[in-house]
Amino acid sequence: MDAGLKLLNAESLRADFPILRRKINGKPLIYLDNAATTQKPRQVIGAVRDYYENYNANVHRGIHRLSEEATDAYEAAHVKAAKFIGADFKEVIFTKNTTESINLLAYSLGLQLRKDDEILLSEMEHHSNLVPWQQIAKKVGAKVMYAKVSADGLIDMDDFSASISSRTRIISIAHVSNVLGTINPVREMAKIAHDNGSLFVVDAAQSVPHMPVDVRQIGCDFLAFSSHKMLGPTGIGVLYGRSELLDSMQPFIYGGDMIREVTFGDTRFNELPWKFEAGTPNISGAIGFGAAIDYLKNIGMESVFSHEQRLSRYASDRLLSEPEIKVYGPKERAGIVSFNMGSIHAHDVAAILDQEGIAIRGGHHCAMPLMSKLGISGSARASFYLYNTKDEVDSLVSSLGRVRKVFGGKG
Amino acid sequence: MADIYQEHILDHYSRPRNKGVIDSPDIYYKDSNPLCGDEIAMYAKLAKPGSDGGNSGNRSDSGGRSDDGGVMENRVIAKAGFIARGCAISQAAASMLTERVEGKSVEAVYAMSADDVLGMLMIPVSHARMKCAVLALKTLQAGIAVYFKTNKTRGA
Ligand SMILES: Cc1ncc(COP(=O)(O)O)c(C=O)c1O
Repeated sequence: MDAGLKLLNAESLRADFPILRRKINGKPLIYLDNAATTQKPRQVIGAVRDYYENYNANVHRGIHRLSEEATDAYEAAHVKAAKFIGADFKEVIFTKNTTESINLLAYSLGLQLRKDDEILLSEMEHHSNLVPWQQIAKKVGAKVMYAKVSADGLIDMDDFSASISSRTRIISIAHVSNVLGTINPVREMAKIAHDNGSLFVVDAAQSVPHMPVDVRQIGCDFLAFSSHKMLGPTGIGVLYGRSELLDSMQPFIYGGDMIREVTFGDTRFNELPWKFEAGTPNISGAIGFGAAIDYLKNIGMESVFSHEQRLSRYASDRLLSEPEIKVYGPKERAGIVSFNMGSIHAHDVAAILDQEGIAIRGGHHCAMPLMSKLGISGSARASFYLYNTKDEVDSLVSSLGRVRKVFGGKG
Repeated sequence: MADIYQEHILDHYSRPRNKGVIDSPDIYYKDSNPLCGDEIAMYAKLAKPGSDGGNSGNRSDSGGRSDDGGVMENRVIAKAGFIARGCAISQAAASMLTERVEGKSVEAVYAMSADDVLGMLMIPVSHARMKCAVLALKTLQAGIAVYFKTNKTRGA
């Protein structure tokens, strides 16, 4: 562990999250569905409220006081998001979420592809980083390839390299798997991609919220993530792109705020990042997102990461010591633990845990190709964040005893 | 809070009735529930036209079509079966449904609603689990729709 690493005190942070005081079925809420979305601290809720109560106005338009304040706050959120991932201001575009960020790329880059060009993904991608590429590829006659995932839940790097050809234009890979918690070697992959002249895209939906991420260190060309998975509001996300690339790309959505000059015949687009942000943006979302970034920075992403790793290691050790529980994915993983109990369906596990006030996810986690690869129709998934505690993991494991009891022999 | 995992549900789940393939079925359909990735195949064998499938007691609720219709109408399900992979709710619902539809006309089964399934399950089903509860019925009804189409006698 780093000498300077601050240990995170989850118990004291919990006071910042009003929802964690809720009871479900008379029991304290234990929220372990953080890979789906995270809870919001009062600092984020307060920032959104402050905007609506005190300086609600459109941005980049009015010459009045409220509009200036709103514009300052909106742009400040851009600065915070850019700094958070080591990018320049003009390289960070606000979108709705990771999914929209990847769609922007699929339309802007993908539609430039030609017949028989190739896009390389992996077998562990979320539908968000699969369907947009697959559909665009169909349109232009390009091919989508999938790097294999091994039985222990890692991308097979030999297969990854072997799947790259002179026709590979785009490679897009999840930094962290939302099912297995696998942390993929994106830095190494970026180098392989660039040696081949391919663009490298990172789906960072499950990494930026949970660990230090620096786009220059990875060396990626594009990177996408969502505010709602990192304590911020829904409806706001980021697409990072290297400025030379963004400069030369065609926008995906056209309208107001993204133009410099319009005549009836033509339009000159605005400078980065506004060129890609057409129409009135999600101003309150951006301001809340900025507050979420401040909150995380204050704690330190190293501390968040090590806290979650401790929890997920503890959880997988405890789960594996229980009878008939299978845990998926590699030993070294982020704060995501997927498992199944004997032949009991993940929905049934989740429904019984819900009766105990425990929120987990059961299902295919928007990764149906990976599920079929693992030979299962779904899994139960506990995913952690900075406010989760060891006691909550203990409650999870002991509540699984109730699942076993309900299903008698079937566990 | 009311428990959905009541004894009768768990009983149908752990000892499913009519689980298994029916050879050369009159009605067959396979479907999946995209929410959970569950899969189900429903089968039904009809009684010979004119016979009552050996279960005349249930015929009164058979969709109210008159007896002067063609031989394909008001045919009765003699036996239903299923194979499936899924959660306890979807499995129990499939098992109970196969028992429930025996002796009913295909029209009556085609007219069954989600409420009928809830009445059969007798548990509170949350919004999220409704898809699991009705998967078997929807699949069987899709099979009946195919049967109607291929026999082209309905509502002529
Ligand atoms: C790896 C990964 N990619 C993409 C997404 C999509 O994120 P969003 O729904 O915010 O667009 C998710 C979230 O579920 C995810 O886990």
